[in-house]
Amino acid sequence: MPAPIRLRELIRTIRTARTQAEEREMIQKECAAIRSSFREEDNTYRCRNVAKLLYMHMLGYPAHFGQLECLKLIASQKFTDKRIGYLGAMLLLDERQDVHLLMTNCIKNDLNHSTQYVQGLALCTLGCMGSSEMCRDLAGEVEKLLKTSNSYLRKKAALCAVHVIRKVPELMEMFLPATKNLLSEKNHGVLHTSVVLLTEMCERSPDMLSHFRKLVPQLVRILKNLIMSGYSPEHDVSGISDPFLQVRILRLLRILGRSDDDSSEAMNDILAQVATNTETSKNVGNAILYETVLTIMDIKSESGLRVLAINILGRFLLNNDKNIRYVALTSLLKTVQTDHNAVQRHRSTIVDCLKDLDVSIKRRAMELSFALVNGNNIRGMMKELLYFLDSCDPEFKADCASGVFLAAEKYAPSKRWHIDTIMRVLTTAGSYVRDDSVPNLIQLITNSVEMHAYTVQRLYKALLDDISQQPLVQVASWCIGEYGDLLVSGQCEEEEPIQVTEDEVLDVLEGLLVSNLSSPVTRGYSLTAIMKLSTRFSGVNRIKKVVSIYGSSIDVELQQRAVEYNALFKKYDHMRPALLERMPIMEKAATNGPTEIVQTNGETEPSLGESKHPPLVGQPANQANDLLDLLVGNDVVPVIHNTVPAKPASSGGELLDLLVDISLSGIPPMTAYNKNGLKIDFTFERANPNPNVAVITIHASNSTDSDMTDFVFQAAVPKTFQLQLLSPSSNVVQALNQGTVTQVIRVLNPQKQQLRMRIKLTYTHKGSPVQDLAEVNNFPPQSWQ
Amino acid sequence: MIRFLLLFSKQGKLRLQKWFTPLTEREKKKVIRDMMMIVLARAPRSCNFLQWRDLKIVYKRYASLYFCSGLDEQDNELLSLEVLHRYVELLDNYFGNVCELDIIFNFEKAYYILDEFLMGGEVQETSKMAVGVSLQEGDALQEVQYAFTPPL
Repeated sequence: MPAPIRLRELIRTIRTARTQAEEREMIQKECAAIRSSFREEDNTYRCRNVAKLLYMHMLGYPAHFGQLECLKLIASQKFTDKRIGYLGAMLLLDERQDVHLLMTNCIKNDLNHSTQYVQGLALCTLGCMGSSEMCRDLAGEVEKLLKTSNSYLRKKAALCAVHVIRKVPELMEMFLPATKNLLSEKNHGVLHTSVVLLTEMCERSPDMLSHFRKLVPQLVRILKNLIMSGYSPEHDVSGISDPFLQVRILRLLRILGRSDDDSSEAMNDILAQVATNTETSKNVGNAILYETVLTIMDIKSESGLRVLAINILGRFLLNNDKNIRYVALTSLLKTVQTDHNAVQRHRSTIVDCLKDLDVSIKRRAMELSFALVNGNNIRGMMKELLYFLDSCDPEFKADCASGVFLAAEKYAPSKRWHIDTIMRVLTTAGSYVRDDSVPNLIQLITNSVEMHAYTVQRLYKALLDDISQQPLVQVASWCIGEYGDLLVSGQCEEEEPIQVTEDEVLDVLEGLLVSNLSSPVTRGYSLTAIMKLSTRFSGVNRIKKVVSIYGSSIDVELQQRAVEYNALFKKYDHMRPALLERMPIMEKAATNGPTEIVQTNGETEPSLGESKHPPLVGQPANQANDLLDLLVGNDVVPVIHNTVPAKPASSGGELLDLLVDISLSGIPPMTAYNKNGLKIDFTFERANPNPNVAVITIHASNSTDSDMTDFVFQAAVPKTFQLQLLSPSSNVVQALNQGTVTQVIRVLNPQKQQLRMRIKLTYTHKGSPVQDLAEVNNFPPQSWQ
Repeated sequence: MIRFLLLFSKQGKLRLQKWFTPLTEREKKKVIRDMMMIVLARAPRSCNFLQWRDLKIVYKRYASLYFCSGLDEQDNELLSLEVLHRYVELLDNYFGNVCELDIIFNFEKAYYILDEFLMGGEVQETSKMAVGVSLQEGDALQEVQYAFTPPL
């Protein structure tokens, strides 16, 4: 049997293959030869065959049949065999393999071998990929080697111990005694690995941490020696002595000084020294400075030192080296929460980094810029960020747009600025904004009453330019539908009013309906907008025609809308003006973020079903929803109310008066609450045209001897109901039953479920505030049936 | 700790793979594919750092080879550039003016050198001289036992 071909020969041969198929063929042939060689138990060439197998494995071919051979090699007495065997084990025999455990005995023997290089191989293999069982079995051996005087073995044993601790944390205790004099070693390898071991132990156990705090002076001394010592050829890197060790010591100091004043005190000087004396011309020096800065920021350092650290980061930001700038931005991002003012000082440099060519740096700069935005710098920052949004890669646009919206919402100096900013985002990055920004923007526009004319004009002009960006188109159609009358009347205070006719507006909206660029949702928006204009424009016939055409649209949603709108023209024309009325101001509920409004607000999916009851849906919808979870057993406090009696009733309220025919229906009154002298009675009326609406009037009276002032009544109902609270007659409940405060509640109960309510009362009595929650379950059945 | 160290050529051929955490073959292949894709797509003079999943990736190009390592969140990226550089220096000292071919034909030696420098994802020896001495003595042990038949 000829000797198997040599490793280098095989590599050379395989590299001559010109196609993947040719390579595969060669590999298969060689694998077959190797397999038969393994079967023959050829000891001489086993390591050669396994080496070849490892090469083929690196090319991506399966090599599992060599696993057992690796074990045989490890068990061999020859050093070359062991070397290849352990290499094979590290590549092929990780802990997920069944035969992994079979290595344990071999490793154990080799850990006690007479040759330190064999011991080293065993330690290395165990320390790189030993499983938890193996670690448990061999921890004792490792611990023994940790105490040896042979520095070659000691350093390897230390890192092996680190691996054991990572795999089996409970074994940490057993290495404690061996750590006693690790730091008094002169050998840098041992010192370095010892510091790593100590770091690992301190990170995992608070007890170990307090135990090792006493090492701080020693660590400081070692670090000082490294810095002050002259040139040492063995450890020098560009003029700095053993930067690896320096950085590890700084990291350990960070952990030790973290929440401890004394330790932090002890390391103040050395940190200042390192921070000021380290050479910064090469990467090495900057690596040490970087670690120093991280340490200073994390421990309880004095303020002078902290300022020094931030200034170093500031200098990093101006460095030519991209890596250093990146690292500075990353660190500043971490510290911006705690040292906000200090970071603000570097704001202009950070904003300049937005223009950097490097992608990683741009991303960090963007994140940091958003973190730095506040009420004072909003205008300037937003200008830069919008410019960035214009010119950045698509991968950034979505995040940047969301960030801009959030920042604008928190710090907008004026409504007009807010609207302008959002318009800018929609026109430049319109296709990348998140879906919930459309309803948010609509709500914002509705609430900025004085800006309606300006907004609708700007949106109309934007539509004329570009109808491809769906969020922009949706917001614009909604606004035109709502404020079309302002658009054609040509009144605009903020800027030059444009002259636009009703037909031109309808042209634009119809254009959206037919355009291929419009999504189905957008088409829905524009159809509804056209419909709304029927009450705002004079030429109704054109609108009627459009609506009837879409009654046979293929899109089911459009068809339904068109059919219902058609019905509105034909059978319910008298109700049309009321239904298509201007939207009332939407209260932004205090406890809810924008997303809640999205769910509750009828604006998200304008559909006829909801627009039939604008009075109930408009104002109370978001109120009812925050009230929502109450009766599902949460302790969420209900939020709404009408606090000030002088506040004009919403238009919705007046409409209800039109639709509702109030008549006493003979439902008995009830006492809902009676405690601490405050008594609240409910009286009922039924609204006739809509039998699902119950009108409840509360009567609050006070039998104590002093007035209850700042009286606020709030109520919440389960999800299936909708609730509207009108203004109370007063917010002072006079003492001794001299007068009652009345307030009207309208409850919509479409599913005719049993009415339940949770009420919250707040008032001031004899100078102290009183608050109470109560459930009202005793409603008479007639009130909800 | 360093989670993995990969060496690959500009054409996407893997020359060395060292894993310090247990992963399945499939996962390893995925990481290798992702790293090659991301690193080879970077512009020539970009920053050497990037974020990938929850790891910091540090890569550096030496001639035709990319050295790519994945680090934990708390590791010092600037220092890891020094670690990569130190490994290249060790290869250079051992092979004398190392080039990609040396690593291709002597991959097992590249691993031996790495195993004297890193263990369990951490640096084990900071002195170039000490690593060189261990390698020499280890090689000497090999040759003693194989006087006539070359082992590999």
